Amino acid sequence: MNIYGIMAIYKFEMARTRRTLVQSIVAPVITTSLYFIVFGAAIGSRIDQVGGISYGAFIVPGLIMLNLLTNSISNASFGIYFPKFVGTVYEMLSAPVSTLEVILGYVGAAASKAVILGIIILITAGFFIDLQIAHPVMMMVFILLTALSFSLFGFILGIWADNFEKLSVVPTLLVTPLVFLGGSFYSTDMLPEPWQTVSHFNPVLYLVSGLRWSFYEISEVSVMLSLASILIFMFSCLAVVYYLFKTGYKLRS
Amino acid sequence: MKSDENPILRITALNKFYSGGFQALKDINLQIEKGEILALLGPNGAGKTTLISVVCGIVNPSSGSVSVDGFDIIKDFRKTRSIIGLVPQELTTDSFETVFNTVSFSRGLFGKPPSPSHIEKVLRSLSLWDKKDNMIMTLSGGMKRRVLIAKALSHEPTVLFLDEPTAGVDVSLRKDMWQIVRELKEEGVTIILTTHYIEEAEEIADRVGVINNGEIILIEEKEKLMEKLGKKQLILDLRDSLASVPDSMADYNLELSEDGMQLTYTFNTQGDRTGITALIDDLKLADIAFRDLNTTQSSLEDIFVNLVEESS
Repeated sequence: MNIYGIMAIYKFEMARTRRTLVQSIVAPVITTSLYFIVFGAAIGSRIDQVGGISYGAFIVPGLIMLNLLTNSISNASFGIYFPKFVGTVYEMLSAPVSTLEVILGYVGAAASKAVILGIIILITAGFFIDLQIAHPVMMMVFILLTALSFSLFGFILGIWADNFEKLSVVPTLLVTPLVFLGGSFYSTDMLPEPWQTVSHFNPVLYLVSGLRWSFYEISEVSVMLSLASILIFMFSCLAVVYYLFKTGYKLRS
Repeated sequence: MKSDENPILRITALNKFYSGGFQALKDINLQIEKGEILALLGPNGAGKTTLISVVCGIVNPSSGSVSVDGFDIIKDFRKTRSIIGLVPQELTTDSFETVFNTVSFSRGLFGKPPSPSHIEKVLRSLSLWDKKDNMIMTLSGGMKRRVLIAKALSHEPTVLFLDEPTAGVDVSLRKDMWQIVRELKEEGVTIILTTHYIEEAEEIADRVGVINNGEIILIEEKEKLMEKLGKKQLILDLRDSLASVPDSMADYNLELSEDGMQLTYTFNTQGDRTGITALIDDLKLADIAFRDLNTTQSSLEDIFVNLVEESS
């Protein structure tokens, strides 16, 4: 295995984050703080408890999930799209690195950045609410699996996209609505039928539900179902990425 | 599995069809020996870059086989790619990275452990050491070209592909590049370069290949090529103007200039006899005196143009 190759890609991608610290870390932290101020303090103070916990605390897993998903996708998609755009991808294609090694480098870095951001969001939340985490290990499992899966998804997006519009259309028009409608900021019990049933077709619901269970032991679907869905999604993405590299789709002519 | 010690690069019956049916490479067969410099000449769209891209792993071949140092480029891609360096035609660089970091990145990507001393050696040899902490976007085009060479040399390759390395660089930098190529050859690196500049091939290549419409139409040692296809001309400046070439000298196929003051005699350098002595004797008999004479030899450029025109 080309360990030096994996490390080179990983370090290169992590260095890109250091160069764009404001965009990568500071901006999401400020956005999250605004969510807590608006939804947690201003509006949340007028909302009754949800599932036996304060509204401010209730939205923490949803906020973490929102940031994990959007950042995993944008980090990984940009990571592979930009070399394609400027032409430096020739170097990776001519290097002695396998598909798996390329994935480990790019997706590993994107997932690392998303996990670091998730932890920063968690710490930020601690400044606004009294945090309690019932199952910290399971919380980390959900955060890690979500970051990995959506980094893989972002990587696919980055390979598929051949312009900047395509790069942003999926996160903006698909992922963000799914997160907002996936119970991030409310319990689906609060919805009337048929929307309550429709919500169960939203895959993000299972992620938010699983992560919320790890915090407060309350969930909309069973934890095992949440875990199973994220694992199925991850392996599906892995299979697609493997196929893309094997066939050279949009990389090798 | 390693199949052979020599040559360093063997291309057999290589074809490349792009989607849409365009055939970029047609049954290419080529062998390159260790330590030689091969210049691939060809007009735009001839297939030079596609050929290099297939060997380097950037483009998938449609059929045929390629081996580098005896290893197949698909089955043993790790071995072949780790000994190949590629300097692309386009100035594709990570604009926001520093020179040192981008060259170090390339070394790691090609599976080599960090070696700041080697990176320093490469950067110094390319006069880039004082720019090591500069962001690439701040460098001139010529310096960026050097950075691409440094990246290609970062993992100590034994085969180096230079895809039009001096395109768009000034004369001084071009000569520097040629010097770098000569030094690499002395270190035992095999170099395959594509170029539009015939002068470049003439200056540094051991062998010259001409590719047109995806086919290699000629591959020959440079000196032999010049001898085989090169024409020599004897130009005589006459003392008095001639109205026409005398009938007695029709066999020589002489060309008379418009002003009648210059005769040109084209002869074959490979022939048993050049006919020059007989020509001068016959000129004397015809009472044609000349003030001066000189000879010229056709350049590689003339040969190249003729070959491409013939094959098109």
